[in-house]
Amino acid sequence: MANLANLYDVSKCTACRGCQVACKDWNQLPAVIEPFKGNYQTHEDTNGDTFTIINFFEYEDPVDGVRWNFIKRQCMHCLDPECMKVCPRQAYTKTSWGATLHDPDKCIGCQYCAAACPFDIPKYRKREDVITKCTMCADRVEEGLTPACARTCPSGALTFGDRDELLQKAEARAKFLRANGFPRATIYGRVELGGLNNLYVLTDTPDMFGLPVNPKVSGNITFWQDWIQPYFGWLIPLMLTASATSFVTSRILASKHGEHGEHGEGGHE
Amino acid sequence: MSPAFGRGVMTNHIVDLKNTDCALIMGSNAAENHPITMKWLFKAKEARGAKLIHVDPRFTRTSARADLYAPLRSGTDIAFLGGMVKYIIDNELYHKDYVVNFTNAAYLIKDEFEFKDGLFSGYDAEARKYDVKSWDYKTDDAGMALTDPTLQDPRCVFQLMKKHYERYDIDTVCKITGTPKDKYLAVLDTFCATGAPNKVGTIMYAMGITQHTVGSQNVKSFSNVQLLLGNMGRPGGGINALRGENNVQGATDMALLFHIIPGYIDSPMNSVAHKDLISFIRAVTPGAGKLPFTNLEEFRELVKAGFPNSGWKIHSSKWVVSLLKAWWGKAASKENDFGYHYLPKRDEKKNYSHIAMFEAMYKGEIDGLFINGSNPVVGGPNANKELEAMTKLKWMVSIDLWLNESADFWTHQAWERAVDNPNVAKISPENIGTEVFFLPAAAVYEKEGTAAQTGRWVQYRWKGAEPVGESKSDLWIYNELVKKVKKVYEGSKRPEDEPIVNMTWDVENEHGHDDPIKVANELCGYSTVDGKPVEGFAKLMDDGSTACGCWVYCGATTLKDGKFIYKPQLRDNKDNSKTGMGLYSNWGWAWPVNRRIVYNRCSVQPDGVTAWPGDEDRMLVRWDPLALADPKKPESLGSWVGDDVPDFIKTVGPSNPAFTKPFIMRPEGHGCLFAAKTSMKEGPFPEHYEPWESPTLNTLNSQVLNPATKVWEPEKQSKSEQYPIIGTTYRVVEHWQTGALTRNLPWLAELMPNMFVELSEELAREKGIKNGQNVIISNTRGDVEAVACVTKRFKPFQINGKTVHEIGLLWQYGFKGFATGDTANWLTPHVGDANTMIPEYKAWLCDIRRA
Repeated sequence: MANLANLYDVSKCTACRGCQVACKDWNQLPAVIEPFKGNYQTHEDTNGDTFTIINFFEYEDPVDGVRWNFIKRQCMHCLDPECMKVCPRQAYTKTSWGATLHDPDKCIGCQYCAAACPFDIPKYRKREDVITKCTMCADRVEEGLTPACARTCPSGALTFGDRDELLQKAEARAKFLRANGFPRATIYGRVELGGLNNLYVLTDTPDMFGLPVNPKVSGNITFWQDWIQPYFGWLIPLMLTASATSFVTSRILASKHGEHGEHGEGGHE
Repeated sequence: MSPAFGRGVMTNHIVDLKNTDCALIMGSNAAENHPITMKWLFKAKEARGAKLIHVDPRFTRTSARADLYAPLRSGTDIAFLGGMVKYIIDNELYHKDYVVNFTNAAYLIKDEFEFKDGLFSGYDAEARKYDVKSWDYKTDDAGMALTDPTLQDPRCVFQLMKKHYERYDIDTVCKITGTPKDKYLAVLDTFCATGAPNKVGTIMYAMGITQHTVGSQNVKSFSNVQLLLGNMGRPGGGINALRGENNVQGATDMALLFHIIPGYIDSPMNSVAHKDLISFIRAVTPGAGKLPFTNLEEFRELVKAGFPNSGWKIHSSKWVVSLLKAWWGKAASKENDFGYHYLPKRDEKKNYSHIAMFEAMYKGEIDGLFINGSNPVVGGPNANKELEAMTKLKWMVSIDLWLNESADFWTHQAWERAVDNPNVAKISPENIGTEVFFLPAAAVYEKEGTAAQTGRWVQYRWKGAEPVGESKSDLWIYNELVKKVKKVYEGSKRPEDEPIVNMTWDVENEHGHDDPIKVANELCGYSTVDGKPVEGFAKLMDDGSTACGCWVYCGATTLKDGKFIYKPQLRDNKDNSKTGMGLYSNWGWAWPVNRRIVYNRCSVQPDGVTAWPGDEDRMLVRWDPLALADPKKPESLGSWVGDDVPDFIKTVGPSNPAFTKPFIMRPEGHGCLFAAKTSMKEGPFPEHYEPWESPTLNTLNSQVLNPATKVWEPEKQSKSEQYPIIGTTYRVVEHWQTGALTRNLPWLAELMPNMFVELSEELAREKGIKNGQNVIISNTRGDVEAVACVTKRFKPFQINGKTVHEIGLLWQYGFKGFATGDTANWLTPHVGDANTMIPEYKAWLCDIRRA
């Protein structure tokens, strides 16, 4: 089955946050009422009960004047997801059409995935000791519907569909924007981290939207996933052997030293 | 807009925004308050390369999506637009053919008319009123206006207008508005380019334009710009008044305002001119004043022959009599003036607008109040005073989904204030004698009926869920109430009780349930002979044979194969226009007579046949000399045809002088650059006046305030020495109006949880305020505590060489719900527009400090 994706065109987003409410409605997530802190986005980030959020960034420079950039953040449903690789309990799975799903029943709340995600998406829900995140509304998509956020978007910033087709559309749109006042317009998600199932048309460079320009997985995680995790099964006998060896050798050494030691101690007595 | 075009409505519709070449959004934050408009503007940008301009004191979510943003100080729109008029005339950017043929630019004005230092001729300073005799056309002996189509006569409207706006040069304008000169020039260049015959520009506005002491003249300035650029009556053009609520248009059609009865007919007064039906008809029919008639029969003959300076309103008698028949049925007969004396008459000298009503309540003149879907404790101007006024009521009925702030105005919370202010009353619940009744209402999805949206589309909504608990639909509530009232009056023989005893009340269907379709039937008109729907307002009669509750809705009902059809229920989502203009004429129904774009005669050249050069795809209607207007009358060849319903009398052909008079609701038939006679209270041309509370003097004339505006409480004026900062109020997309609906919904409350105030980084530095800190905003009327939102999006203005700061407050908060906060309207003044009395919510003075 072809990969399905969500295309988000920031040049058509008015930050009405209808997507945030639709997401909470469909997924029946409780409100997290925190005080207003001086930025329209109110919540600093996604959280255990908030799968998607619009971020607001204010900029000013002499050439472009004031700009107010909005961006929708949620799970990117990476083609090659890091969360899935680091999860010690295989709580993550990939659907045939591209969504990265997380099974809370298998989750032990270790939060390795939260640390591994280059986009800071999986969030810990303390009251249930599990990780939560956007599901790309798999329960809707598999019934032939579009995700709740795309369904509700009034201004046409969100489109759900075949990833390859959306990529073509995104390229054309970025080209149009580059010719119409946004020389740095670009697309995001085509190649980043091997490709994402959430594609972006941006009016400026990704850093102006708080997106990592060249998202990378941290060194520790690479070590974990490339060296430790693949050999996890081997590690146990290996470590058992190592500890057995260590036990035996230490006993031998101990018995050798022991003689001196006993004397020594005895000497103190 | 009515003084310019004949109707005070959004001229085009929301989908039509996709046809524009340039949209000027001014006094509106469309992205937040009318999000769906952005969808169609984005289509215009994508498909046509349209440009989006946003003019606003603050950089908003709309500005973020605009191609061009220009700031202006609140309350200086006339200066901004007056400069635009001058720029258009000086650079000859106006659409000449359009201006000469479709506007009153060529009309000559009486020699007595003059303008001097901010005042037009005829001013009475004592009464703050104008004698408008001189604001009129020069006429020939037959009463027809004299014109000069060359536009050279110094007394023609065009030349007078040119002279009037001579003072509005770019530097002067920028000193008043605080707009950076380069930005102002960019706006002028971009928008005025739509004066080219093949380009069409639209203007979108909302409360940022109307909520000023000069609100009506702000809109009139738009009218002038759009008439000069030839943008009216064409797809992608017009002046799009975005309504503040989804059914404001519908409510206004039903006479929400005190000065009209349904269908925009002046409401009757206790004056001699309105003493009986025939005098009233004489008064409300333009051009009928001096005609010789003493009864309806004689008048009918005159109407049939036609008389000058009347326009389509020549038919007013039919609308009035049909309305009376709808309300009093059989009791309304020719013998008793169709029950005209049953109509309540308002006091000629009194004002009944929101501010006036609360001033009267404050004085103890009002005993009882119904508040239905409204929340004046949060939404009313000078809300501290309005709160106090409500304590003087004997009883109050609140009909709402929640116990909102107005329903609970008598509780302790309503009187809690962060700062002790001697000007603000402190009243305890035990001292409030008002008896409060609360009726829980059904939400929009729990009841059936129509709403008329901003673009005049009347759309039916079916019920989606059963009402919660004991809540009931408004129709149910009023049906029960009227039945009870009628019962009380039953059998009364007293003549003063007749209006109630004889009133028709037919809203229940055969099952005994209240039914919106029954209301629709009365509203849209039926024959009193056979009960069948009237097929359009042209068929309404003034002999009692038709009844119609609101003539503009006439034609929304019909019989098809014997079945009753209510057109707002139509749901055909195919675009019926050949060139993809998005008319969707079979989706819902638009008044009048399903016209999607009013004044659409202007979408074709004066010859009625040729499209504007280079604009063939946007021709809505045309004159077809071979078509038949009425198949039953094959002898009269020629008719107006097109994708949209022509806003023109179908049979008026080139031989008729009215052929080039596209504004049929105006007595002149032309778009009015000059608003003659009583159209506008403060003058025929918009002139810049400062808001009631302003940080500067008026540099264009020595009048500071609009000379025709009533000042209600002069002692409450905040002076700039003590309160140097301009305050304005607005909404956010996350909350709806006074927040009663949305602050009670956790998912919306979490998005905008607190009352906040936006201020510039410069002002924050000056006052030592940090982002996210609590601050106090004060003036003579109260003090408001809010969270500071320090932003690059607000900038100080340079006004006449002085730095002036402006701050913005959300007015949607109160003490109820999940998201609470102080009410910004504690600070807004009791002063309003001279014509509409809409309060000046958008520009007043205050000061700000750390809490």
